[in-house]
Amino acid sequence: MNEVALLVAATLAAGTPLAIAGLGLLLNERAGVLNLGAEGMLLISAVAGFAATYHGGSEWLGFAAGAAAGAAVAAVFGWLVVWLNTNQYATGLAVSLFGSGFSAFVGIDYVGKQLGEQPAHAVPVLAGLPFLGPALFRQHPVVYAAIGLVAAAAVLLYRTRAGLVLRAVGESPQSAHALGYGVRRIRLAAVVTGGALCGVAGAFLSVVYTPLWVEGMVAGRGWIALALTVFATWRPGRILLGAYLFGGVTMLQLHLQAQGVQMPSQFMAMLPYVATVVVLVLISRNPLWIRLNMPASLGKPFFPGA
Amino acid sequence: MTRSFTRKLALGAAVLAATLAACAKKEEAPPAPAAAPVAKAEPLKAAFVYVGPVGDAGWSFSHDLGRRNALARFGDKVTTTFVEKVPEGPDAERVIRDLVAQGNKVVFATSFGFMDAMVKVSKDHPDVYFEHATGYKTAENLRVYEARFYEGAYLAGVVAGKMTKTNSLGFVASFPIPEVLRNINAFTLGAQSVNPKVKTRVVWINSWFDPPKETEAAQSLLNQGADVLLQNTDSTAVLQAAERNGKFAFGWDSDMSAFAPKAHLGSVALNWTVYYEKSFAEILEKRWKTEVTKWGVKEGMLDFVKPAAFLPEEAKMALEAARDGLKTGTVAVFKGPIVDNTGKEVLAKDAVADDAWKGAINFYVKGVEGKVPSGM
Repeated sequence: MNEVALLVAATLAAGTPLAIAGLGLLLNERAGVLNLGAEGMLLISAVAGFAATYHGGSEWLGFAAGAAAGAAVAAVFGWLVVWLNTNQYATGLAVSLFGSGFSAFVGIDYVGKQLGEQPAHAVPVLAGLPFLGPALFRQHPVVYAAIGLVAAAAVLLYRTRAGLVLRAVGESPQSAHALGYGVRRIRLAAVVTGGALCGVAGAFLSVVYTPLWVEGMVAGRGWIALALTVFATWRPGRILLGAYLFGGVTMLQLHLQAQGVQMPSQFMAMLPYVATVVVLVLISRNPLWIRLNMPASLGKPFFPGA
Repeated sequence: MTRSFTRKLALGAAVLAATLAACAKKEEAPPAPAAAPVAKAEPLKAAFVYVGPVGDAGWSFSHDLGRRNALARFGDKVTTTFVEKVPEGPDAERVIRDLVAQGNKVVFATSFGFMDAMVKVSKDHPDVYFEHATGYKTAENLRVYEARFYEGAYLAGVVAGKMTKTNSLGFVASFPIPEVLRNINAFTLGAQSVNPKVKTRVVWINSWFDPPKETEAAQSLLNQGADVLLQNTDSTAVLQAAERNGKFAFGWDSDMSAFAPKAHLGSVALNWTVYYEKSFAEILEKRWKTEVTKWGVKEGMLDFVKPAAFLPEEAKMALEAARDGLKTGTVAVFKGPIVDNTGKEVLAKDAVADDAWKGAINFYVKGVEGKVPSGM
């Protein structure tokens, strides 16, 4: 029983960076901007978060630096794709490649450095509950914050005027423009917010989850976050679900191995990706599921004068 | 528009230049003698090719430490150059050719994947010495060297066997190849030599280096009751995971005591200095010859370093005994009878395994749980 609780706890932690980054990308995409630069943004914010924590001594400083770095890279990306109307696919890929090289370059001095002792986190009283305590209530605050962020994003998108405008900009920028909304400014704001969220996810990886910096340590999680937005059919709640599913499958395969389950580890290592493909197939069997939610202008440039 | 474009271009050029500068090789020359005698011989130019960055406290770091130590001992008779983060593949051959073209008389390439590039380039340059770590192909001017890493895993096992309270050990493993299986088995045999009750659980992550995944693998082993971990992956993630959980682990490749002061029981550290000194000396004295070098604890190529101060006396004594045994030859890691975990005898009683046997290991010894992933 205790093992199951620990597996649940590990799943929550493993899913958290995916959920936060996925949520950020969802906001981008809801505004009609596809950001393939997630992997690079995660790397840059991971090194920024690590450096800030290392020098500043506070993990919250690390999160702030990660968010700022993510937002800064996103601002450049947003300026390129929203104002200059560069191709979103190519620009995103360029940001990813740039991010992996740049983070390695600025991170050289941090390789092998270590952060101070990690404080233990436990929710008072609740952490002492049997099963539920170890499963749910001994997590880093950011793990809970991720759930709060998803809820906030859902409220923003579906219950507020700002959310309505954001979705309108992603669906039909021309209409939004005609109604007098500043499409470019709104898109840029969404991209920068998304970048800041990716930054928090990157900092979580290098400051909390695996408190060290090494080149390429994000190891593809930015791409998984991108896949998550499709997996979730652009709904915040499903992002959370998908993130925990991904985290859970990864943890489960490691857990089964440790139990000596006789199954090739290579097979189990590919399970999360098989799960993605299966869900994609299921979703596309019903085009309505995608069409209902996929922002109609995703990836398309907007020319206000046209 | 034109102006902003020019500015962008300039910025791009600056970034590119900075990146190139960062990628450029770093040269280190010994301090120049105050007054060089006219007839003084040219220093031996040696080049090192690393697969990773030198600052990672891991594999490439250990080689670079060896290079620096050997360089310091030869003073102005040797100069060295290194290239880090060279991918295994076509780029490696280009880098090695380039190093030869720059006049290096000996090239050390320190990853298995550089093997074919070394073979190719060595054929074209018979006057240059080629040294390849962990490979198996040799030629007139190409030889190989390797550390008996499993002896270190055995020593870690001895300590683990004394320190475990749950009799459950964990191993975070990279790829199911004989090298890694040797380490898993040696770790288990070492532990069993002092504590017959131990079991080892293994988690494969199919990567040499993926810190978040190493952490997750370590966590799942700890969750299931393992209280002492060893890994053969290259980061400090496993050690740090053990630290956070109040459990124990070991450093691998180099002294990692600084990364987890409470969890660190000791590090299996490589010492390539002994080999690089030998190689430099042989070239300078013109007695270099092709051979296969496999050195272990006895020759000082690796050791169990920085045993934790809190180790109980009993564990320290067991460690010393095992280390002395390896040095004097009274202890062999793979000595019969060895039974695999299906109950089959794989090495007869009193037989000592030879290198061919060790190179073909494709099973877990008794005490390791589970089954070796297929594909071996």
